[in-house]
Amino acid sequence: MGLDFSILPAYADILWQGTLWTIALTVLSMVFSLAGGVVFAVLQLSRHAIIRWPVAGFAWLFMGTPLLLQLFLIYFGLVQIGLDLNAFVAGVIALSLHFAVYNSEIIRSAIVAVDKGQYEAARSLGLSQFQAMRKAIVPQAVANVTPALGNMMIALLKESALVSVIGVMELTLSAQRAISDSFRPFEFYIAAGAIYYVLNLGLEQAVRVAERRSAQYR
Amino acid sequence: MDFALIGRIWPFFAEAAWVTIEVSMLAIILGLILGFAAALASLSRNVLLRWPARAYVSVFRGTPALIQLFLLYFGGPQIGINLGPFEAGVIGLGINIGAYMCETIRGAILSVDKGQTEAGRCLGLGQAQVMRRVILPQAARMMVRPLGVNAIALIKGSAIVSTISVLELSYTAHRYISSTYKPFEMFILASIFYLAIVTVFSFGVKKIDERVALES
Amino acid sequence: MNEPIVKIRGLKKNFGSLQVLKGIDMDIDQGQIFALIGASGSGKSTLLRTINQLEEVTEGEIWFDGELVNQKLPHRQREAHLNRLRQNIGMVFQHFNLFPHLTAIENVTMAPLMLGRVNKAEAIEQAKKLLDKVGLSDRGDYYPSKLSGGQKQRVAIARSLAMNPKLMLFDEVTSALDPELVGEVNRVMKALAEEDMTMIIVTHDLRFAEDVSDHVIFMADGLVVEEGPPSLVFRAPQEDRTKSFLQQVFND
Ligand SMILES: Nc1ncnc2c1ncn2[C@@H]1O[C@H](COP(=O)(O)OP(=O)(O)OP(=O)(O)O)[C@@H](O)[C@H]1O
Ligand SMILES: [Mg+2]
Repeated sequence: MGLDFSILPAYADILWQGTLWTIALTVLSMVFSLAGGVVFAVLQLSRHAIIRWPVAGFAWLFMGTPLLLQLFLIYFGLVQIGLDLNAFVAGVIALSLHFAVYNSEIIRSAIVAVDKGQYEAARSLGLSQFQAMRKAIVPQAVANVTPALGNMMIALLKESALVSVIGVMELTLSAQRAISDSFRPFEFYIAAGAIYYVLNLGLEQAVRVAERRSAQYR
Repeated sequence: MDFALIGRIWPFFAEAAWVTIEVSMLAIILGLILGFAAALASLSRNVLLRWPARAYVSVFRGTPALIQLFLLYFGGPQIGINLGPFEAGVIGLGINIGAYMCETIRGAILSVDKGQTEAGRCLGLGQAQVMRRVILPQAARMMVRPLGVNAIALIKGSAIVSTISVLELSYTAHRYISSTYKPFEMFILASIFYLAIVTVFSFGVKKIDERVALES
Repeated sequence: MNEPIVKIRGLKKNFGSLQVLKGIDMDIDQGQIFALIGASGSGKSTLLRTINQLEEVTEGEIWFDGELVNQKLPHRQREAHLNRLRQNIGMVFQHFNLFPHLTAIENVTMAPLMLGRVNKAEAIEQAKKLLDKVGLSDRGDYYPSKLSGGQKQRVAIARSLAMNPKLMLFDEVTSALDPELVGEVNRVMKALAEEDMTMIIVTHDLRFAEDVSDHVIFMADGLVVEEGPPSLVFRAPQEDRTKSFLQQVFND
């Protein structure tokens, strides 16, 4: 069987829908994974071991195991406890948790790294604790973490393809649907790959802009 | 927690863990070879080497590993590449991680001080001689840990070959989840093996790193 | 009179739009010791680095040992030409650039061995002699990280000498050293000068320049402003820029 890329336009619609779902999946998971990353980071810096330890244990478990396995746990596990969520929601939860753990490592070390002296200097200028955090600590910490978090978000986009295995109709599964109809895997995986590649380029561009914007606070 | 069940089926997971180890180690070796070749090519002044190397890295880091694997395994036969699941898994993962390892190796090579190249060239050594005897020995020390990070990412990432029915850990976990409806137990069981593999591997990387650091 | 071993004519060098060398002429005879002095940024290092082609030339000619250094050649031939050229020109850097993964003696033997000039026993024999000559016969098995700055620099000199160069280039080789270590390196250069090695020494150490050289070149803004024997340039400078430079340095 030779290659025939002229078949692609007939399936443009399903690929386009899949692309939109991939974007939605990725953007939502980015937002939650960043918020989750901050929460985990703060919890792990808590003075109370009873808070620190469970979070650290969870982080250790999620950093040492494959995303795919976590996806199975969350998708089938939630059904098990009677929460029959749809696959998309389960996918967002799994991606968000997985990347929140990685993000929290980055954020935590940034918080620790911001010089205590900075904080003290800000306080001695007469800024309140809250102001010191807002004016001196946070902008610097954000500048420091932006490149690493950006890389995580770039990884997230590509890893989002995994949720196709639990039946989320995103780009990868859309390509598979088109394949089961047309029996042309090569053409459709090339097409899906090309779309991911373009999305990835766009995301890399956005990350670079964010890096440049935040770098001024360094 | 159904310990009786775990006690009964853990040997199947142990067997599957070997498959995970095999797939991962072979893919890591392939990735190292490709990564080295691509790193050297991408630093060459010959565009016929440089350009394909850059394209390789850009494409394989710019798209999901899962798509690459599906393209190879399901799309391969269309262009005359017929691979079994295991071979496709190793090759697909190896090509993918090779692109990441290329960047790691390239970075290590570029981080060697420019003065080292100058000193070598000033003695009348050629470019290739300087690369082999001056730059690479120094870069090799710096790349052990970051290559270890790449390799550990691959071990975890190797779970995706379960989607093309390689009977490794994640495949086994999935199968037992479907048959026993015990997702939590199966997750824990598979996790134990993944964590053990990753821990032992990290320890090995640390030892190698200490060994090469000592030699100076 | 023989041909000069180094002959430079109308040498210009641009970095992008910045002209760093603006037309240099120079003749160095076999066995001469040139000291190159001048303010920071005047182009001393660049001039030195064009001689062994670490920097390409924008305009002009450099001749070494009767051969045009900056010939236009196809890549392969140019590489071969450069390797041959550089085997005859030693260079010592401000920051040593010793190979950190090799011991002192391995640093010295590496190039002669790789280029197949000698066998292993001969290379080691020669390296031991050279290390002895720079006063480091007991440090051959040390890695650079275990040597002081002055010792590193002396190993670097020995490494260059192992290729039996006809010309040695020194670029501020004592600038990165603690003051108490400068003397030991200067003594090695002085001894080399007395053996009739041809040398170009870039230095901010004017006392040493006066002591060791037989010709001084004062550079400013990419041009040779004044040159001559050290007694004249240092004791009776003609140009205002030389005078003010010397005044500034000696007042520090
Ligand atoms: N690779 C380069 N690219 C651009 N500009 C350069 C480069 N190397 C040197 N320059 C510039 O050329 C000028 C001369 O530099 P050079 O290093 O030759 O000065 P120098 O006399 O050796 O100074 P110093 O005493 O500080 O070593 C400087 O303005 C420097 O900034
Ligand atoms: Mg200089």
